Formats: sequence, structure tokens, C-alpha cells
Amino acid sequence: MSDIPFPGASEALPLPVPQERTTGLLGWLSSVDHKKIGILYLLAGLVFFGAGGIEALLMRIQLAWPVNSFLSPQAFDQVFTMHGTTMIFFVAMPVLTGLANYLIPLMIGASDVAFPRLNALSLWLLICGGLLLYFSFVAGGAPAAGWFNYAPLSEKPYSSTVGVDYYSLGLLIAGIGSVVAAINLIVTIIKYRAPGLTVRRLPLFVWMVLVTQFLIILALPALNASLVMLLIDRRLNAHFFQAASGGSAILWQHYFWAFGHPEVYIVILPAFGMISEVIPVFSRKPIFGYEYVAASTVAIGVLSFLVWAHHMFAVGLGHSLDTMFAVSSLLIAVPTGVKIFNWIATMWNGAIRFTTAMLFATSFLIVFTIGGLSGVSLAIFPIDWQVTDTYYLVAHLHYVLFGGTVFGVFAGIYYWFPKMSGRMLSEKIGKWHFWTMLIGFNMTFFVMHFLGLMGMTRRVYTYPNLHDWGLLNMISTIGAVIMGISSLLFIWNVWVSRRSGEPAGDNPWEAWSLEWATTSPPPVHNFDRIPPIRSRRPLYDLEHPDHPDWKNGH
Amino acid sequence: MLWAVALVGWLDSDQTMFKNSVFSPVSPQALSITHLTWIVAIVAMAILLLVTALVLYAAFKFRRRPSGFEPRQVFGNSRLEKTWTIGALVVVAFLFVVTVRTMRSSDRTPPPGEQPNLVVTAHQWWWEARYPQSGVVTANEIHIPVGRAWLVQLKSADVIHDWWVPDLGRKIDAIPGHPNHFWIQADKPGTYLGTCAEYCGAGHAWMRIRVIAQPEAEFKAWEQHQLEIPPKPTSGDAAAGNKLFDNFTCVYCHAVEGTPAKADVGPDLTHVASRETLAAGRLINTPENLGKWITDPQEYKPGAHMPNFDFSKQQVRDLVAYLETLK
Repeated sequence: MSDIPFPGASEALPLPVPQERTTGLLGWLSSVDHKKIGILYLLAGLVFFGAGGIEALLMRIQLAWPVNSFLSPQAFDQVFTMHGTTMIFFVAMPVLTGLANYLIPLMIGASDVAFPRLNALSLWLLICGGLLLYFSFVAGGAPAAGWFNYAPLSEKPYSSTVGVDYYSLGLLIAGIGSVVAAINLIVTIIKYRAPGLTVRRLPLFVWMVLVTQFLIILALPALNASLVMLLIDRRLNAHFFQAASGGSAILWQHYFWAFGHPEVYIVILPAFGMISEVIPVFSRKPIFGYEYVAASTVAIGVLSFLVWAHHMFAVGLGHSLDTMFAVSSLLIAVPTGVKIFNWIATMWNGAIRFTTAMLFATSFLIVFTIGGLSGVSLAIFPIDWQVTDTYYLVAHLHYVLFGGTVFGVFAGIYYWFPKMSGRMLSEKIGKWHFWTMLIGFNMTFFVMHFLGLMGMTRRVYTYPNLHDWGLLNMISTIGAVIMGISSLLFIWNVWVSRRSGEPAGDNPWEAWSLEWATTSPPPVHNFDRIPPIRSRRPLYDLEHPDHPDWKNGH
Repeated sequence: MLWAVALVGWLDSDQTMFKNSVFSPVSPQALSITHLTWIVAIVAMAILLLVTALVLYAAFKFRRRPSGFEPRQVFGNSRLEKTWTIGALVVVAFLFVVTVRTMRSSDRTPPPGEQPNLVVTAHQWWWEARYPQSGVVTANEIHIPVGRAWLVQLKSADVIHDWWVPDLGRKIDAIPGHPNHFWIQADKPGTYLGTCAEYCGAGHAWMRIRVIAQPEAEFKAWEQHQLEIPPKPTSGDAAAGNKLFDNFTCVYCHAVEGTPAKADVGPDLTHVASRETLAAGRLINTPENLGKWITDPQEYKPGAHMPNFDFSKQQVRDLVAYLETLK
């Protein structure tokens, strides 16, 4: 880079730049650089994604035909519990935190996060939590009470192995890490934005990550507290959740979902943020309705704390509570729908380049809408009374979390991998990855809607030979195998492209936010110079000095 | 979506796919939920078609044209934003109104003080059914008279379970310390399959329900028969089996009316031979299957609370002979 690449450039904000003294493996393990920590988060997420994916395939093999005996119920119960727990806490959380960690300082023109050492602490707490959870397999049996671990099934009399204790401790440790990381990111975004980068000019990914971090610090404590109470029940013979001795089984559900529903938005909002970056860049237009997309995120964040009992419509809480939670759950569909229409409007009249990132983002719009609509049907509680806890619900949650979060993350990774590595991911392998994933995903999960409506409940290790149950389950299993192969294509793509991919240059996609103003990969201190920020698209203004955004009042 | 409809049509060519499902209601309660499901499905399909059409149109119509074309930079449009926000609110408000209407018809709140016609207690992993008016006790297979709305009280003996028979209506949790109520009704005679829908441990998959709806007279006859105490066998294998049953650990978990066996850890066996299935839907109830089950319950329902007692072949024969007299 030349000395002053940008006319009117300002110095990057002076932060204590971490001194990277060591190199090699020790350099990675001891790093306090947000970029290395971000990549480590992503790698940890990828390793756990492998574990959770293998667990998913084991389940699909067991369920491929009726009355199969590939897995015992005890093994199956451990596998589905670990699959859900892993994918939520040790895949979705680290991958999204990792991307936020890597990208937020770059997108706001800072040289690192506010508290680099604390950042390393969060990472290692999360990894230790995950390892502790997986250690349960050799310590006497993995937890087998489901990822939401309902009491009293999770209590000592019904779960006598140490699995649930490892679950509680593992999630507690990872949860503390998540809260610490959230505080770190909030302070970073509030305090260390580059001059000119006002809140109204923040990239939408930053906006959505910011809202997410508030959800984390408000929601995680509910989980952490209930995990401690469960541990006291199990280890010190208390009775918080044991009805037989005066406790309440329903109390656990309230605590868990008071965390659990905001958690759903914790793992989807950052994906919304990535979609909001990818679609404009590949449509060559600014995001349509920036204020509405940002404000609807805040609306979702607030509403997400008022909807938890829609997970409990079958509990029998009474019609007045059911009605209240149906209202809030239906309302949350409004800001979500607003986002979908804004993304489509961004594509409208654009000049769309269908890179792999854009293919994932475009298909996200449709598969996430399917998940959102089945979510609306589940908010309508008489329907929920029929289909909750069936494969219809399994289909719904995977359309939201896989079709939503994972497709969003894939779009984000294809988009930002060049920044992180300096190399492009192969578009050829990428397109194979995309199409196999899209087909495999829909094969696996679309048929589950029918299985649920036909009466197949979730979490059964096997099922009687009824009607077409065997056939639909076989279709689903074949789809899962295709998804497995597709995931290997993705890993292969990362593996080969990181060394021999096409060199990326600073700004391969001709994007407009700050992270593309520095080199790929960025230096330890991120920026030598920061371009002037007078609008939401500082690099667009540089490219178009004759008609910059800020002259049009944006 | 068309391909989905075509797929269902092809799969369901013999019209069995949605037998015993959300789409085969036989009670007014279930029917009102089915109607609601169709209304919501149509609204959802319309929205999905709209979104899909817009996305695909944009994807094909607005692809990048060659060389340097830059589209007009549009930043938004408040009028459009208001249109789709209000549009979404209208759809949601409509859905809310139909929800409340169905809530009332599918799950009527019982009048205070109304006594249940049936008390169902969920256990790991079977269903206990008591008929308080007549005193009948049975398990897993629940007989009801056709066309009558019965109030059911639902309890749990251990962890959380969930009652679900899709043809008959809503599912509802069985929670320790929190008894629930629901209405059960079937307007056509027949056998309706259901299952425990809340994960409850190793035997969750084999905690299935059969509701057998019978015309009033047939139901009365069944009830009468259930109240009779089966005669005590006096000779042969059955007598030996009876002795073994009464003197062995069987009596600590099971009950047989007219004998010292009075426990309710496991299903009441007073009329076990008159049931269609064994072990909550795991096996068809034949003498051969009963023998297999007694020989090793863990083989058929791993994790079940009934252990393998290492019975000799003769002991199994005796027990089967005895249990088969409990018609």
C-alpha cells in the first residue's frame, strides 16, 4: 500500500496493539489478536460441526427403516442430545462469534477488540466447555435428556450417569465465555468506531451483531442460573425441579426457554447481518431500507424476550397465557417479513453476480421463508397442539437454523474468506458445494413436514412400520448423506484454496465497507490508514468521487 | 410447491399416508384444528409463492449484464416499507382471529368441579387408564364410547410425558405435580393410534397409545367384562404359572384383580390377554410374543423397567399359560 492511499484518510484509532511475539502453533494458542482468535473460533466450530454432523448421520442411519437396531435407544438418546447441544452451543455460537470477532474491528475501523486478553479467555472457555461436554462419552456416558434437558428426566433418579453433570458444567463454562465475549464486542462497537462512523452509518452486520450481544448478556444468565440449580439438585439433593419433593418441573422449562428463545435469535440475527452485507454487494446496490432493516432487528431483539412460552403450548398453561404468547410470536413475524422484502427489493433492478456467496444468500431467502412460515403455524397454538414435538417441528427448526443460519454463514464465509486468507475459495467447488447442499438439505428436511403431520414424533430411536413412514425416512437419510458429502466438499475447498486459491487482492468483490480497505489478510494492527467515512459506503464514495453517497444525503 | 403436492399424491396413491394423522380427524375438536391447519397452509403457501416468485424473477431478470453497467442506486422507499409492514400485520391479525376461534372449539375449558370420566396416568413407558365411574383399570389400550365427549384427567407418575392421538385432537403434557385435563371424543368407531410425544427416556419410542372407540352397547359390554375377575386356574401349566406369578417378584410391580398382586408400577394384568398389543404397542399380543417378552423384555424394549429374570423355558411356558387365562 502507498503511504496515503485515501485522500483525507485518518489514522486508525490508537488502541494498544497486541504484540505478537511468538509464531507457529504457540503463536496461535497464545494469541490475543482478534483475527487469530476469530479463526480459532471458526476452526473450533468446524471441528464440532464434524462431531455434530456425524451424530446426525448416525441418527439418520438408525431411522432409515422401521424397527432398525443399528443403535440402541440408550445410544440414540445420547447421540440426539449431543447433536442438538453441539450444534447450538458449539457450532452456531463459536462460528458466529468467530466471524463477529474477526470482522467487527475491521468493519468499524478499529485495530482490535476493546479487551484482547478477555477475548482469548472467551475463546478458551468455549473450547474447554465443549471438550468437557465431549469428555462425558468416556466418563460414563454422554447426557441423554435432550438438548433442552427437561426436568425431572434430567434429575438424578432418571438420569443416573454423569452425562447431565457434564452437560451442565460444559454449558456453564461456555456460557460464561459467551457473556464475556458479548461484553467485549458491545464495548468495541460503542467505543472504538473510526471517526465519522456514526451509529446510523454502521454496516448492518455490525448492527445485528450488536443487538445479538445484548440478547446474549440478557439471556445467557437465565440458562447459567438454571444449570447451577440443576447441579445443586443433582449433586446436593436439592429439589428445585422435582415435583415429588415440592419443586416444579415446569420451572425448568420457563428458565430454559427464557434463555432458549432469545438464543434462537442469537444464532439467526448475525446470519441476517451477513445476508444484509452479501446481497447489496452482489446486486451492486445499497441495502434497500437500511433504517427499516436495522430497526426491525431491534424489534426482533425486544420481542424475542416475550415469546418463550410458545415452546410450552402443550404444557397446559391455560388459554390466556397461550393467547398472549401467540400474539407476541405472531408479531415477531412482521419485522422478519419486513427484512425478507427489503432483501428482495435490494436485488430488484440490480446487476446480480451469482457467486457462490450470492447463491447461498438467494436460496436463504426461500428456505428461510419456509422455516419462518412453519414457525408462524407453530405460533398458532391449536396447530402447535397437534404438531409440536413431531418431525414437523424438526423440519421447522432445521429450515430456520440450517436454511437460515448455516446458509447465511456459508454465504458469509465465501464472501469473507478472501479477506481472511488472501485467497479466493474455488467457485467451481463452491458451486458443487452449493447445489449438493441445497438438494441434500431439502431432501432431508422437507419430507419431515409430512412425517410430523402423519404422526411421527421426534426423539424416537425407532418407529413401527406404518403407512409410508419407512419410505419418507429413507428419502431423508439419503438427503443427509448428500449433505455430508457436500460438507466434505466445503472442507476440501477451504483446504485447497487457502494455499493455492486465486490471490484475492484487497477488495475482490468491489465491496464498500471498511474491512475491504485494508490488505487481505489484514496486518496485525488492521489498518495503516482509514478512508474518510462520510456515508455508509466509504469505499463507494472513494470510487465515485463525482457522485458519492454523502452528497445524496446518505 | 407443486412438486410437493405431486410427491404427496404419488406417495399417497393408496390413500393410507394420512390415515391416523392431523388430516383424518374423527372428533369435532380435531376437525376444528384440521380446518385451521388448512387455512394457515393456504395463507402460508400464498406467501411462499409470492416470495419465491419475486426471488426467482429478480434472480433471472436482474443478472449482471456485461461490462460496467451500474444499476441506479436506490436507497429505499418509505411507502413500500409501510405497505409490507401493514400487509404483514393484517395477515397476522387475521391468523390471530382464527386462532382464538379454534382455541375455543378444540379445547373447551371444563366447567369447574366437573369430574373426569377417565384418569390417565403416564409412566415410563406405558399408560395407566382408570375409569372412576365404573372402576375399570386397564393399560395402553383405552376404550371409549363413540360420540361422547369425555373429560380426561392426565397425570404423570415420573417424568414429563405427552398424550397425542392425532385423529382425536390436541396433544397435552403429562407433568408430575401438574394434572392436566382434555376432552376425548371419537365420532366413528375404530382404533386410533397415538403415542407419547414428549421425550421421556429410553423407552419413549415404544410408549404408544391405542384408543378403541366402540358403539355404546359394545363399550358397556367391554366395561362389564373388564369388571369380572377371571377364574383362578386349577390345573396344568396355568396353575403352575399362577403360583409362580404370586410367589415371584411379579406382584411387586403388577396387579391382577382377585389376587395378592396389587402394585401399579407396571400395567394392570387382570385382563391382559384381551388386549391387542404388548409393552405399549411393541408386540402384537400372541402367546408366542408374550413368551418372548417374558423371556427377555430388554430385547424388545431396551431400557424397560422389567428386567430379564432368567426364567427357564418351562417357567415361561407356565407364565404364558397363566397370563393367557386373564382374558
